[in-house]
Parts: sequence; structure tokens; C-alpha cells
Amino acid sequence: MEGLGIVFALAGAILAALVAGIGSAVGVGMAGEAAAGVVTDDPSKFSKVLILQLLPGTQGIYGLLIAFITLTQIGVLGGSSDMSLEKGLLYFAACMPMAVVGYFSAVRQAKASLASISLVSKKPDQFGKAMIFPAMVETYAILALLISILAIMGITPLAI
Amino acid sequence: MAVLQMQRITICALKKDRKQLLEFLQRKGVVEITNEISEDDVFHKMDVSIAVSLLEKGKKNAEEAIRILNERVPEKTPMLAGLGGRSIVDKEVYDEFAEKRDKISQVVNRIVQIEKQLAESKSELARIGTQAEMLIPWSGLDIPLNFKGTKTTKAYIGTLPGEWVLDDLYQEMAFAEEITIDRISSNKMSTNLFVLCRNEDAEQVFEKLRNAGFSYPSIQGNKPPMEMEEDLKLQTKEVLQDIEALTDELGELSKEKEEIRFYQDYCTLRLEKYEVLGSLPQSKNIFVITGYLPEEDCADLEQSLYKDYEIHIEFSAPSDEEDVPVKLKNNKFVEPLEGTIESFSLPGKGEMDPTAVTAIFYYFLFGLMLSDAVYGLVMVICCGSVLLKFGKTMEDGLNKAMKMFFYCGISTTFWGVMFGSYLGDIVDTFSASFLGKMVSIPPVWFFPVKEPMRMLVFSMLLGIIHLLTGLTMKLYQNYKAKDYIGIVYDVIFWYFLLIGSILALMGVPTFTNTLGLTISLPGAVTSIGGILAAVGAIGIVLTNGRESKNPFKRFLKGLYALYGITGYLSDILSYSRLLALGLATGVICTVINKMASMTAIGPLGIIPFLIIVIFGHTLNIAINALGAYVHTTRLQYVEFFGKFYNGGGRSFRPFKVNTKYYKIKEN
Repeated sequence: MEGLGIVFALAGAILAALVAGIGSAVGVGMAGEAAAGVVTDDPSKFSKVLILQLLPGTQGIYGLLIAFITLTQIGVLGGSSDMSLEKGLLYFAACMPMAVVGYFSAVRQAKASLASISLVSKKPDQFGKAMIFPAMVETYAILALLISILAIMGITPLAI
Repeated sequence: MAVLQMQRITICALKKDRKQLLEFLQRKGVVEITNEISEDDVFHKMDVSIAVSLLEKGKKNAEEAIRILNERVPEKTPMLAGLGGRSIVDKEVYDEFAEKRDKISQVVNRIVQIEKQLAESKSELARIGTQAEMLIPWSGLDIPLNFKGTKTTKAYIGTLPGEWVLDDLYQEMAFAEEITIDRISSNKMSTNLFVLCRNEDAEQVFEKLRNAGFSYPSIQGNKPPMEMEEDLKLQTKEVLQDIEALTDELGELSKEKEEIRFYQDYCTLRLEKYEVLGSLPQSKNIFVITGYLPEEDCADLEQSLYKDYEIHIEFSAPSDEEDVPVKLKNNKFVEPLEGTIESFSLPGKGEMDPTAVTAIFYYFLFGLMLSDAVYGLVMVICCGSVLLKFGKTMEDGLNKAMKMFFYCGISTTFWGVMFGSYLGDIVDTFSASFLGKMVSIPPVWFFPVKEPMRMLVFSMLLGIIHLLTGLTMKLYQNYKAKDYIGIVYDVIFWYFLLIGSILALMGVPTFTNTLGLTISLPGAVTSIGGILAAVGAIGIVLTNGRESKNPFKRFLKGLYALYGITGYLSDILSYSRLLALGLATGVICTVINKMASMTAIGPLGIIPFLIIVIFGHTLNIAINALGAYVHTTRLQYVEFFGKFYNGGGRSFRPFKVNTKYYKIKEN
């Protein structure tokens, strides 16, 4: 059982990058289709819809961030990888907020982005407001990121 | 730092000066024209619909011509030329253009016409192509396709479905005494035939053929197919020559492109002028212009108008009920944020211009989110050099955006130095990989990656400051509106509640331990905090429902207002994004540097190292600058503006030169 700790810790890190990454890929893809549609009509709106398309992309980056911090903390990237099962499970749990919230917030944010893209296509001068709607969703990804970071940082000094 | 004071203007002038006066006002571009005087027995509005529709057509044609020229005769433009904005020309050039107008208008029409002819030629080519294709199976036939027979014979030229052998055909036609069948060509799908029989057998032969599914060729002609093919080739050549000639002519005409652009602008200008003209009330000899203009432009305009025209001008202060347009004016440092304010909403009635406060926080928060010294320098250098090169002529909106990112870049550099981030940990990575000894630049303050809790506390502290500033803005606004009760009830009580709660919380050990704070306040301070918070809370419950008469309803509304404290809580938590985005930049930098250092083997390792570093950091700066931009804007719009700013003002839209390619200078 001793060796399983690192397995769980790594699984957590991988899931954070994997699941949040899938969410962002789906989201950016959806928004990209809509953005391409707008550009067909009016190529001058390219830069505006590009920004809206990219908004759901951040969850994938946050997932990568959590995965990377975990990897450095558990010693996969250099260092020793001795770890108790409890500690491994703690890391696994710490990665979950980013994985799960990352996925769902990316998809939901993409839907808000879609709506904002159609808003910008009709009223380009309302870009500032259009950008805020998807950004509101991102708050929850950020909160999840925060908890994941704090948890991972907090686990390392624990003596179990 | 203010919303400009507007004045109403009424100009009464002689009709003979109409053209010059309107053109002058248009070039000046300081007056928004509103016409409230309705038509009566004396004043009539002029019908300008014919002129307007002509100009609209001219403008549309010019746009079309430029589009055609861009497509058919593309010209090379330097990559950043678009940043330069419109060229500036003198007023004389504009006046002289009136003479060239007809010529250019003809050029424009010719270009549109050529485009049409080119399209026709293309479709002609396609038609010839199809015909040639249809002739291919018949190329072996040496008589015309519409040959019907001689006096005593009847000829059938056409196609049978499926592949037929001649013997089978002769067998089918065995009843006829004399018959000639030629198979011109065939494939699996069809057989092309020439059948010649005597008139007597004709009906029967045709019957047989029809039963077999005979059809006439889809192409007809009174020449043998070979000759028809020759003809088609000749036609193709002619059409190609036409196309070439037309394209050459287009190339020749494209030399007039600049003039055509000017023509488009000329039409746009005149179009707007005529639209204004159509809205002006005019009597037999005079006409009247009413509108708004910023107070600061009044004297200058008055002077130059009185100098050149026989005219009467009146200024008056707009009344409170009027929907006065809003124009902002700020100093150079905060002015770049005007666009951000405008895209939220301009200040409504009685609201102050939030640009200055917003700008300071904007630069500060943006820098904190991106927080890398080198990224900041890249932004400063890019925006700075563009501003240096094109700053004078650049369009206003773009100019402001560039300046905004310039200042944001400075702030980013500052925070990068504070947090010791130079392309992340590039100095450490590089020195460890290539110099064999790890060198690092210590942060001036601390490493957020190593002490996230400290950074989180700092972020939330900034959030509290930002929100309290928002409340202070509300206080100031209430003061301006002389709503002194509002100051106490809506602002002071909230101050009490917020500051009091924070002080009281500082006395709770669990709270300070969680945040890793080492400051311990004396007991007296925390209890005063508690009392302050209680006073604030009671005050809010008692007063915030004051617009209701019913005391019970009033109390409930007050309670609901107190519930707004949760809003403050979530607002403050929202500033944790400062930490999250700062970490995102830092950690991705580390990932990139780590990947680069993995390739740093041997003396040549520097090449892949540099490639990965340059490519990776370019990507990172793009993604994180976007993130910082979006989230800084959000903090301003949602958290900050939520405390005091509603907007709803109407933007000042002066009658001016709204051209696409040229600016016309008033001298």
C-alpha cells in the first residue's frame, strides 16, 4: 500500500490538467464556431470575437497550473517521491475543485461567450459589456483554482 | 477630470452663407446639431432627398470601386500602416476637388462597369466551355448536327442510351430496305448515332429509335461539329482578349485609387452636410441652427463666426430637464480610460466622471495581475514605439488604447520587480543550465508563488480599499447633489459596518491565524470595531427602507439592505483573482523555462532553449495580458462601479468630418 500515495497524487494532478483542459477545449471550440460565423459577415469584428472566443480557454491553463504545482510538490519533477497513502489522497482531493469546476465553468462560460458573440455581431459598440458576461462565470473557476492552490500548498508541510 | 459643461447654441444666419457656414461647422466639429424648431408658416425644411440619394449612390459606388480595385489590383501596404490613421489634407485640396469630381465619378462608374463586364465574360467563358464539352462526342461527324436529310432521305442524328453494337442496330432496322447507320462515338452510358433512311421508312425507323430511347443532341448547329469547335475556340480567344483588356484598363484606373478614396470621403462629407441641411428650419432669407457645444469652445467659435459672417449667435445654459449630451475631458495620464468608461456607460445626470479614479486603479490592478518585469517592458516598448511613430495621426480610440497599455506596462514592470519575476525564473534557469551556478534576483517584496497566503491577504486588502473608494465616490456624489441624508444613511453607516467588522474580526484569533497575520490589535480597538459595526448595522436596518411609509415594510427593506453585506463579502473575495492571475503568469513562466532547460544540453543547447523561451513567453504574454485586461475591466465594472456608478449619459456626437481616409484641416 505504501507506493499508492504517489499514484493518487499524480492521478489528481493529471485529472486537473485533463478535465479542465477538456472543458476549455470544448468551450473554445464552441465559441470558435460562432466567432467564425460572425467573421464571415464582417471581418472587421475579428479581434473582438477572438477575445470572446478565448475567454473559456483559461480553465485549461488553471488546470495546467494546478497540475504543475502538484507535480513539483510531490517530487515527480525532481526530488523524492516517497509518500504515504493518506497524503496522496489529500493531494488527489486538493486537485478536484480545479478539475470539476474547471470543466463545468469552461462549458458554461463558452455558452455565455456564444451569447456575447452574437451580441457583438449585432452591436459592436457594446463590446465592453459583452466581455463581462462570460467573465462573471470565470470567477468560479478562479475560486476553485484558489482553493486548489491553497490546499496543495497546505498539504506539503503536513506530517502524515 | 470632469464632465464638460455644455451650452445650448442658437445660430441665426443668412441663407447665402449656408454652404460655407455648414462646411465650417463640419470641419470645426464642435457642435452637436439638434433641431427642435418645428415647421410653421415662416420656417420650412428643405427637401434634400434627391441630393442625399445621389450622394449615397456616389458613396456606395466609390466603396464598391475601392473594393474591386483591392481585389483585382492588390497593392502592397506595410504591415503597421493601418495604425497611422487618416492622412491630413488642407482645406484647399477639398475645395479644388469639386472640379475633379465629375472625372472621378466617371472613373468610379467605369470601374463598377468593368467589374460587371468581367463577370459577364467569365460566364461567357463557362458557357463556351460547356458547349465545347457537348460537342466532343460528335467531333467525328462531318455534317452539321441539324442535318435533316435530302429530298428522298431522312436523317436522324442523336443518342441512344446504353452501348449499342452496329449489328444489333441493323437487325432492329431489318425492315428498311436501304439504311445507313453510323456509330459516331459510344461509351457505356450512351451511343451517338447517325441514321439515314429513305423517306418511306422514316416513320417506322423513328418509331424504333424512339422505343429504344432516342434523343436529339443537346447542342445544335448548321456547321459540322469540327467547324463548330473551331468557332468556339475563336470565341474563347476573343473573350480572353476582352478580359485581358478589361483587366489592363482596371490596372490603369487603379492609379486613381487615392482620388477615389478622396471621392468617397467627399461624398460622405457632403452627405452628412445635406442631412443636416434637410433638418434646418429655413425662412425666405435666413436659417436657424440649434445645438449643444462644450462651454470651452464657445468663445472661439463665436469669434470666428462673427468675423466671417453676418450672423447672430446666442448661448444659454441648458435646463435640468434637457437631455444634454456628455463629453469627458481628462488629463493625459487618465484620459486613456475614457474608452473603458464609455463602453460601460457615460455618466448620467448628476454623476461625476469616474475616469481619474478608475484609471489609477486600472493601471495598478492590471500590473498586479500580469506582474512580470520583462512582460511589462515588452508592453512599454511595443506601445511606446507605435505611439512615437504614429501617435500624431493615429485615430483617437486606438491612440487611447495604446496609451492605456503603455501605462499598464509600466505598472506590470513595477510589480514584476516587487515580486521578483523576470520572465518568471528565467535568470535562475539560465544560470543553472549554462553557467553551472544558480543566480537569482531576489524580489523587492516577496515571491507570491512561495507565499500565496500573504498575496491573498494583500489582494483582499486592495479589494477593500477599492470598494471603500467606490463608497467614497458615492459620498462625494451625494454631497454634490446636496443629499446629506443619503451621505449618512447610505455611505457612513456602511463605512461603520465594514470597517467595524474588519476591526472586530482582527480580534478573533482563528481569523488572524488563517490569514497568517501577525498584527494583534489591542482589545479596546477590536471592541470599538464591534460597536461601530453594530451601530452601522442598526442604522442600515432603520434607514435603508426609508422610501416606504409602512413601518413594517420599512423594517423589512432595511433588513434586506443589511443582507447586502454578503454582496460586500463576495466582492472582496472576488479580488482573489489578483492572486490567481498573478500565479497563473508566474507558474506558466516556470513551466516554459523548465521545458526550455530540459533542452539545454551541450553548447548548442542554447538554440532550442532560446526558441522555446521566445515562443513560449510570447504565447504566455498574449494569454495573460488578455486575462489581466478582462479581469481588471470586470473588477471596475462589477465591483467598483457597482458601488456608485450607474451611467446612462448620451454621448456627444458633434457634426463633424466623419471620413474614412482623409482628415480635412481647418486653417
